[in-house]
Amino acid sequence: MTTLTLKKRKPLGIDRRPGFLTYGLLIVFFIGGTYPLYWSFIAGSSPSSVLTETWPPLLPGGLFWQNVGQVIDTVPFWMSLLNSVIVSTVITISVVLFSTLAGYSFAKLKFRGREGLLVFVIATLAVPTQLGIIPLFMVMKQFGWTGTLGAVIIPTLVTAFGVFFMRQYLVDVIPEELIEAARVDGANMISTFWHVGIPAARPAMAILGLFTFMTAWTDYLWPLLVVPQNPTLQVALSQLQSAKYVDYSIVLAGAVLATIPLLILFILAGRQLVSGIMAGAVKG
Amino acid sequence: MTTTLTPPEEKSSEAVPPQRAKPKLPFKYRLSRWDVKASPYVYIAPFFILFGLVGLFPLGYTFVVSLNKWNLLTGPGGFVGLSNYVAELNDPFFWNSLFNTVSIFLLSAVPQLIIAVVIAAVLDQNIRGKTFWRMSVLIPYVVTPVAVTLIFSSAFDEKYGAINNLLQFFHLNPIMWKTETFPSHIAIATMVNWRWTGYNALILLAAMQAVPRDIYESAALDGAGAIRRFFSMTLPSIRPTMIFVIITATVGGLQIFTEPKLFNPTTATPGGPQRQYQTTVLYLWDLAFNRQNFGKASAVAWLLFLIIVLFGLLNFLISRRIASTEARSSKRKTAKRLAAYNQNKIS
Repeated sequence: MTTLTLKKRKPLGIDRRPGFLTYGLLIVFFIGGTYPLYWSFIAGSSPSSVLTETWPPLLPGGLFWQNVGQVIDTVPFWMSLLNSVIVSTVITISVVLFSTLAGYSFAKLKFRGREGLLVFVIATLAVPTQLGIIPLFMVMKQFGWTGTLGAVIIPTLVTAFGVFFMRQYLVDVIPEELIEAARVDGANMISTFWHVGIPAARPAMAILGLFTFMTAWTDYLWPLLVVPQNPTLQVALSQLQSAKYVDYSIVLAGAVLATIPLLILFILAGRQLVSGIMAGAVKG
Repeated sequence: MTTTLTPPEEKSSEAVPPQRAKPKLPFKYRLSRWDVKASPYVYIAPFFILFGLVGLFPLGYTFVVSLNKWNLLTGPGGFVGLSNYVAELNDPFFWNSLFNTVSIFLLSAVPQLIIAVVIAAVLDQNIRGKTFWRMSVLIPYVVTPVAVTLIFSSAFDEKYGAINNLLQFFHLNPIMWKTETFPSHIAIATMVNWRWTGYNALILLAAMQAVPRDIYESAALDGAGAIRRFFSMTLPSIRPTMIFVIITATVGGLQIFTEPKLFNPTTATPGGPQRQYQTTVLYLWDLAFNRQNFGKASAVAWLLFLIIVLFGLLNFLISRRIASTEARSSKRKTAKRLAAYNQNKIS
């Protein structure tokens, strides 16, 4: 029935299918967004002489794996990849777990000081904690943790944003009656959280996890400071460039290689990333 | 975060079976009361404890360090009051870094916001393959800042870079992207823009989609064209989201580090041979870990912290000012129209 009415009504110019201009622009955005990456792949799969040509070739050359081999010889690629996986995974689990717990508490439990503490969380959202690196570095050095992955992980075990994000999500999504019903049935607080809170929070946990993982994965400043010898992938990648003579085809092969893990993540979870951003997830 | 074990005397407790609400409460019940009282604090405790330890304490302690003479290797060397701050405020390198930061920030924030609005407006139409196009603008976001910098640092290379090659093909002079101040700022802003524009476009798109469609429809009925509808309806209704995007871009943009750090690694000073694109965080880094002056670097950290707070407040005040003048003027307009309408009715 609805389709019938829709068909009958003449579009007033706002639901009309857009014309060529729109698709032309979309293609321009698409090329603008992907060409630098594609160009890196072309350059990374060719001898470095390609870079001096005015018009780079349209198709990749055959040297990608050879250049990748050079990347792996120059920097500890596999170790740094493993380090990045460990660091990002631990940070993600920690942030999602603690944010869900605290967000649930702020959203659904009543306790003295709740409002004040929540305002505090919101106020700290914009605090640039990155500026505290000097004392953090001193502490890591003092405890002899520099060079270990723990030093990379510890400063980002929790984020104010995660707590706020989970709180905002859970406040609407769990009906009070559900919690009360669980309580009446004799469930204690933690099992109520486990059986009511967690299932309801799952979609938001996935989105928060995705963004936390990406933020941890892309971090550069702090890992560069504490684990230059035991690098994460980003630190190792940056070391490709530190030689006196920079061979850009190898550097670019490395840049493409290092992008592959997140590209896979994007193919698997790109939809969730888009909906997460559109739901108000902000930069970490 | 401690709570009393003895339950306070409260009358409204539903879980109490009426017959057993006698002076001595059973252990199980007391445990349950304690559970209800303490759990909320237990759940938020990990966040507050960890955030205090690794987030706020370091920031606070940075202030303590900034009041001392403090070397990376030899440690504290005596209280010096605010003299680190005075020294930094008189240091041309500090002001240079601040100028670079603000310049790069403006060169990235302004074009980025404009292009993001355009992308969002294009995506906000009834296009085929919505999900595909939305995902496609997000692709640059999955390229990490380090990789982005490596890619663009090659493209902006002065001798062999793709961009200068192209300029020379059109018989234009090559641009010294890595040695001249303004071109280097443009190059670095380009990297930031490339990675973040699509991301911000999606945030703005979400705001545009929240505008009720029937408003557009009635405007279209009244004869407002697409351009007119965009400027007088879409833009005003996404303003709060735009302010949000601007504030997050400010907090992030003033702390830019990776791009200038890796733009030209062959120079001895981070941020260009003459510090052409040395941002404040990069200056802080150089001061703390190359020149080993923790005291002064901490003072820089706090100055930057204050600047970020100031920018945040300024953004907030300006946006509130705009919102309130607009509300007033629209109220006035409505009042005028109402008066005119009433007059017409009377006459």
